[in-house]
Amino acid sequence: GSLLFQQVPMVEMDSMKMVQTRGILSYIAAKHNLYRKDLKERALIDMYVGGTDDLMVFFMKLPFLPAEDKEKELAHIIQKATGRYFLADEKVSTGHGQHFLVGNCLSWADVHLLEAILMVEEKKLDVLSAFPRLQAFKANISSIPTIKKFLEPGSQRKPVPGDKYVETVRRVLRMY
Amino acid sequence: MSGKPKLIYFNGRGRMEPIRWLLAAAGVEFEEFFLDTREQYLKLIKDGSLMFQQLPLVEIDGMKMVQTRAILSYIAGKYNLYGKDLKERALIDMYVEGITDLRNMIILFPFSPPEAKEKNLALILERATHRYFPVFEKALKQHGQDFLVGNKLSWADVQLIEAILAVEEKFPAVLSGFPQLQAFKTRISNMPAIKKFLQPGSPRKPPPDDHYIATVLEVLIE
Repeated sequence: GSLLFQQVPMVEMDSMKMVQTRGILSYIAAKHNLYRKDLKERALIDMYVGGTDDLMVFFMKLPFLPAEDKEKELAHIIQKATGRYFLADEKVSTGHGQHFLVGNCLSWADVHLLEAILMVEEKKLDVLSAFPRLQAFKANISSIPTIKKFLEPGSQRKPVPGDKYVETVRRVLRMY
Repeated sequence: MSGKPKLIYFNGRGRMEPIRWLLAAAGVEFEEFFLDTREQYLKLIKDGSLMFQQLPLVEIDGMKMVQTRAILSYIAGKYNLYGKDLKERALIDMYVEGITDLRNMIILFPFSPPEAKEKNLALILERATHRYFPVFEKALKQHGQDFLVGNKLSWADVQLIEAILAVEEKFPAVLSGFPQLQAFKTRISNMPAIKKFLQPGSPRKPPPDDHYIATVLEVLIE
């Protein structure tokens, strides 16, 4: 009975067996001050996280598509990244001239966006070429000590999904 | 300017309905602006009102909010429907996310191609009765309280009753194996704010029909 809705991920923390990625992230963010106390700042973080999430879900699904659909879908996702999500984020960064998306310090929104940027760059190295503010953002957030450490080899960060990963997921979840 | 939240969406349920439910449960009156042309949608984008060029949009407390979950989270937080501490919040979030997965199946159903409809409908029933409803049946049985979390009405309860009613519209006997959920449904439906929302003339929208589907496709698809 460890998986509430028979799904992974599951994180055991503070004597809870937490499922639902968004719920888990929300808890971690609130507990470790990456989510504001003020309702309106929270709302802003939630909006950015929501959009970034939509983008990352496309990437998550990509390795599981049939080979013939992959290239077309990838082009479609990149287009969404540049025409919708990064465009919105670039505007935000320009708006207040600060280094973080919300308020004056690191929040969940910043971490989520950096992850998304790196994910897209893995497929298209120059995707940020039209987004100077996001380039500065990326450099800034990457240099935060905890994040810098995570980006180094030997950390718990996982590599780009390969065939073995896809096969394992398919086998475990019986996704045939 | 009235100070009431303003909901901008199609004249139908879709992704705005849970927001209507939650505002109603909180006793908050709101205004609605219904989209029915592509021009109106493009104008919203051009005005910069839609952060990610998507609906729903809710103008509330000086913000133009998008992302359904963010909007619901804000309303829940503001009107004390989000538990009393981090752990209650976590439980509410887990329940809400699960119900959202079920509800998304229902939202997308009218847009599935004809050949997939029967399969998708069967999947909704299967997920409701084997994955989602058992969880809440068990939770209610275990603590014996009237509400899912913290002995107090929360976002999770409102979300659950909405989902129950939506599934029942397709499968009237769906709660037959779930006595706790039957009692829950009756209890929550009788709460004054919810009872009012369930009556004719409220902002609650009917199930999607062909006109609704056609409007959505016309507005959103180039």
